[in-house]
Parts: sequence; structure tokens; C-alpha cells
Amino acid sequence: MANSQLGRTTKVMTGADILVQSLVDHGVEVLFAYPGGCSMPMHQSLTRYSKYLRTILPRHEQGGAFAAQGYSRSTGKPGVVMATSGPGATNLVTAIADAKLDSIPLIAITGQVPTRAIGTDAFQETPIIEVCRGITKHHYLVTRVDDLPRIMKEAFHIATTGRPGPVIIDMPKDVQLDRCEVDWDVPMNLPGYRVTRPLARDEQIRQVAAAIKHAKRPVIYAGGGIISSEASEELRELVRLTGIPITMTVMGLGVYPGDADLSLDMLGMHGSAYANYAVRDCDLLIALGVRFDDRVTGRVETFAKHAKIVHIDIDASEINKNKTAHIPICSDVKYALQRLNAIVEAPEDMVAWVKHCKELKEKYPFHYDQNFDGIVQQHAIQALSDLTADRETYVTVGVGQHQMWAAQFFKFRKPRTWLSSSGLGTMGFGLPSAMGVQAAHPNAVVIDIDGDGSFQMNIQELATCHCEKLPVKVLLLNNQHLGMVVQWEDRFMGSNRAHTYLGPIDHEEASGTGCSVRHSYVQSRYPDFVQIAKGYGCGAATVRRKGDLVGALEEMLAYPGPFVLDVEVPYQEHVLPMIPSGMSVDEMILE
Amino acid sequence: MRHVLSALVQNVPGVLSHISGMLASRGYNIDSLAVGATENPELSRMTFVVVGDDYVLSQVRKQLEKIVTVVQVDDISSQNYVERDLMLLKVKALPGGPRSEIRELVEIFRGRIVDVGPEEVMIEISGRESKVEAFIERMRPYGILELVRTGRIAMVRSTSDYRPSDSSENLETNATE
Repeated sequence: MANSQLGRTTKVMTGADILVQSLVDHGVEVLFAYPGGCSMPMHQSLTRYSKYLRTILPRHEQGGAFAAQGYSRSTGKPGVVMATSGPGATNLVTAIADAKLDSIPLIAITGQVPTRAIGTDAFQETPIIEVCRGITKHHYLVTRVDDLPRIMKEAFHIATTGRPGPVIIDMPKDVQLDRCEVDWDVPMNLPGYRVTRPLARDEQIRQVAAAIKHAKRPVIYAGGGIISSEASEELRELVRLTGIPITMTVMGLGVYPGDADLSLDMLGMHGSAYANYAVRDCDLLIALGVRFDDRVTGRVETFAKHAKIVHIDIDASEINKNKTAHIPICSDVKYALQRLNAIVEAPEDMVAWVKHCKELKEKYPFHYDQNFDGIVQQHAIQALSDLTADRETYVTVGVGQHQMWAAQFFKFRKPRTWLSSSGLGTMGFGLPSAMGVQAAHPNAVVIDIDGDGSFQMNIQELATCHCEKLPVKVLLLNNQHLGMVVQWEDRFMGSNRAHTYLGPIDHEEASGTGCSVRHSYVQSRYPDFVQIAKGYGCGAATVRRKGDLVGALEEMLAYPGPFVLDVEVPYQEHVLPMIPSGMSVDEMILE
Repeated sequence: MRHVLSALVQNVPGVLSHISGMLASRGYNIDSLAVGATENPELSRMTFVVVGDDYVLSQVRKQLEKIVTVVQVDDISSQNYVERDLMLLKVKALPGGPRSEIRELVEIFRGRIVDVGPEEVMIEISGRESKVEAFIERMRPYGILELVRTGRIAMVRSTSDYRPSDSSENLETNATE
């Protein structure tokens, strides 16, 4: 590797240099790092390697970690974030937990107080490894500089193989400064870690093929595992060969084109009615790279009640965890699909079923009020989807109503183009992750579809977008409320507003005594997002009238730098369909 | 159902904390947990007694196997194994009181008196859980002052049919009658 030459002339290196050299050797091209007392030696080293490795300074450590996730989710390569000890490290915690739940390969490097000070409650000391044990795939506290080459090798290996996940490396300052003769060829020492990926056995694959052949009402249920194992092509081939309708989890969107005939779009709590009905009525559920999450299944006993279940996943602990599988297969899903595609035959008698699914799709489409004299969220998202259809586009989201509407109304055609904090559901994910995507794909259109609640959780990253020349676009669906909580208040709590209005407390909306007529806008808006965005050096505009929407979107897309389009939308819209938490598809709310 | 799991783990800092944290956060019910070195200085052996049905057991096992520093997990409940629990127990024994009675019981249970104080004695006893429990019951009337147990450790027997008589287990059947 050409990149590896720097620093190799001297065999004796500091811990900081070993770490950074290791990053370069593992193909890391960009990392997000916020310095502090205990991580300064590593930052000094990063400047020496700046030719090989771009360091982006976020404005909050959490922003950096989500940017690293954005980089990782959109490329498949591990994302790297660095923070100092104490508060720097604890600010990473949410994003690390997020990466764990969504199986994202993330390397988090934290500074730590010098080894002699560990355990003394020193300034900016936290036992970050203790904090992170349950939310990482693995963790290291480096106590000897000689261990570092091995630890770096292990960390990248663990983060990226099997079921991917976050690994934290805690680097005491004295270890960063300490020197040693480097042995780069040191072997890994992981006796408890599976070296080879688990592979389906041939008889298991034959069982699946037989089940498919005899199925009358099969459905494929595909998730994030397809993306992790880069098996989207194999999955598409399976659908081509068999003609089986396919639904995707929120993590799986993009593995199959959302605008294709056999796509049933997303399933689950806010999934399409047609996907949920199809899963309810199917006699064979082919679950690929999924974990039967409660947001997918609702009441798990009634989920796909009459179906034979094939479950293929790389993580043995997911199989039979929430739902018992009739054909459980612990395997890399790409391998399993390759083997399956070699022998699979289309179901013998499925014509009526496919026709039924298509009819469901026509009967219960995602829909919204087209006649409304203003902009509703769904309309804005659909318009953006149409405008960007023929461009290389990545979409990130925060968490809440706008996230679900984006999942419903934006048509994703390729894996890794849709980034959502799906398992942990972290508000504030959208802007920083978009930043990471843009760093990885400088020429792509990267759009954060956000809500005004989520956006403000990491709004400071507008500064990073401006200063680091990352021309991220923000489609801000501004309804002045925490919309998803408002929706639950409306549905289950008699519309009592409990701290879900984001303006001043003396405003009538704060107590819920405002005009609750559907589609009545909140007239006074807070804060002034256009002014904020401009203050950060970004382009910005507000749009309120329906007729102005497309023009405003085009202006945003054409703008050379980062841009915030503040779209004034009503707060009375609900995300539908909806299967209330813990209920079954038969209790789905359609209107 | 009670299951004995035997896990080989890397002997690195934080393993115990990692494992106990995982078990606690997933809400598994652990009856006992013993850790100690093995013949290989790089590995430690953990013995768990888990209470739960087959579903719980298989989840505990898979979650344990997912921890990077856990090298191997075996459910030895279904196999033929030897299980031991070591206990130290301090019981009230005033001079002129029931000292000789206590000593007799200790002998019957194949325990040892390891310390004698002015008003109490310390007893060491090992064996299967049921035997240790039975001994505790016998001592209770005398007044147990302090008690400490290691938790269970277990090892699978060789497949050979030859079994030297295990006095501890024979005794246990008598003692728990």
C-alpha cells in the first residue's frame, strides 16, 4: 500500500503515530475528531498524516460520531470518530449505542487520562470502557503501547466482520506519547471470536428451496442484514427467479427498488397496509437479515401467524429470539442467497397470491390530502423524491413523523442511500450523518429530511457543513411540534399537550389551547431557522405556499453550499397507517 | 429448570464485569457464578448456574458466545459431571456447649474444623449443593454467625465407565434424607 510508507522509515514510533498509521493502513480516508487535553498527541499526529487522512472537526462529539456513522452507512466501510476523555467520551455514548442497535461498523477512539491517574477521579476522567461495555461489540483500554498494533488490527476486524458493530478504543495520554519498536505483523489474539463467517449448509438451502416451491402465498421480509452483507444483488436475483413479493424493514429500504412492481415497501408499525396484510396472510415468510423487532411485528404472537418461517441471519442469537423459525439458518445472508439462487424454482402456484398483493397495493396506497391549500410533509417529501430521481441522492433523517414519511414517500432504489437511526431512534441523527455521507460522496446530493425537533438536537453541525465545505441540504419540515408525540397524544391521550410544543411557553399552543382545527398553522414561528442558517454561513429560505414548493426545492438543490429549506407545515397530520404498539395488523389504523 | 454452564473466557481485565453486566441487562436469572484460573494462564473458567427454560438457556448461551472474550460455552447439565461448592461457616460453639456434637456432624459430612475461637468454630465443607445446603440446615439450630460460599464449579467426567466411589455424593444422599 502506497499509503503505508510514511512513518515506516523509523521503526520506533509513538503510540499516537502507531494509532494514526494504523488508521491509514486500514484504509480510513476521513475521520471526525474533536480535540481535548487527553487526545492532543493523537491530533498532533493527525496533522502529520493529513496527506492520507482528512480530519473533520465537528462542533459536538455526538455530531462527529453520527458523521462517522453516515460515512460508514453510505460506504460500508468502518466510520472513525475521536474524542477526548471525560465529557468528550461520554458525548459519544448515544451514537455508539445507536451503532450497536443498527449494526454499524464504528471505531470510536477516546483519549483517557494517563494510566497512573486512572481511578483517581482525575480531571476529565470517566471510566468510558465501563460505560460502553454493554453498547459496544467490543472495547479496549490500551495500557501498553506495544499492544497497539494488535489492538488496532483486532478492532477493525471485529467492527467489520460477522454482525458489524461499534468498537471503542480508550487511549491514555501516556500511551499516546510512549514509544516502542513496532511490529506490524503481530497476530490477532481472539480465541473467542469466530474467524470465518457462518455459512448455511446445503441441506438447509434445499429445505428453503422446497418450502418456496410449495408455497402458495410467500413473502420475502428483508432487512439491514442484506445491506451489511452486500447482498442486494442476490436478493434482487431471488425475486427475479421466483416472483415473490418483497417487503423491507426500515433498515432494509433500498435493498430492492421501492418503485418496482413486486415491492410491498416497508412493513411494521408505520409500514404499508399492503405489506402488513400480505405478511398476515402469507403461508411462507422468508426473513432475511432481520431480527423481528417489535416495531415490525407488533404483537409477536399474531405476526405471520399462519406462515412457515425461514429465518436467515448471521447472528445466532437473533434466531428464535423473538419468533420461532421453522427453518432457522445461521449464515451470512449473501452466501445463503447465492446458494439458494443456484437451485431455487418459482412457486408452482402463486398467480392468485401475486395478483392479490398487487390489488392490496392499489387499494391501500400511502396517501395524503392532496387538496390541502398548503404544504403537507408527505407532499414535500414526494416532490423531493421526484426531483432527485435521476441523481445520485442520499437521504438521512432525524426521528419522528418526518422519518416515517420519508420512509413511506421517498423512493429508494439502491442500498446505502437511506440512513436512519432505526433501532435506537436518536433524534439529531439527520444533519451530522448527512455530513458524513457528503464527506464520503462529495459529488452526490445529500439531503437531511428533518423535523424542527430533531434538527435542533445537532443544529450546531451547520457550522461544520459550512467550514468543512460539505454542501448538505436540509429539508426542514417545520411543524413547531414534536409531531410523533403529538400524534400519540391525539390518538391515546385525549390530545393533552405535554411539552410537545417547541415555541415559547406563553404561546397558546404550549397549553394545547391553540386552534386545533386541522391544518391551522401556528402563525408565529420559533426559532427563525433562516436567520440561524445564514448566521452559520449556509443558504436558507422559507416556503409556505404550495405553489412555491417545487421552485424552492430546485433552489435548494442548485445551491452550491449547505442549505436549509424551512418548510412551514401543519402539525395536525398523522403518520398512517399505524399499528399501535403491541397490537396486531387487525388493529391497524388506516384513517 | 436448572442448568450448569461452563464457559472458558480470556483472562483479561473486565471480562467478569462484561459478562455479569450482559446477564443483568438482559434480565437473566443467575443462581451462582464462580470464576477462577485454569491450567492455561491466558484463560479463566466461569461456571454459571442458570435458572430458566430451554428458551432462556439457549439465549443466555448465545449471548455469552457473542462476547468477544468468551472462548467457549458448554451446557454440561445434560452430561455426567461432578459439581462442587466450597463453604466456610462460622457457628456458635460455647465451651462446654455442643462442641462435640458439632464436631460429629462435621465428620459425618466430611468437613473440617479449620479454626477454633473462644466461642465459635469455623468449618470448611465442600460438595454438591444439596449436601452443603443440608449441612447449613443442621448447623442452623446452633447459631450460624457467618457464612461464605464459592458458588458452584463443575467438570464433566471422563467417558470411561470406571468411577471411583465418590464419598461426598454417597454421603449426600444420606445427609439429605
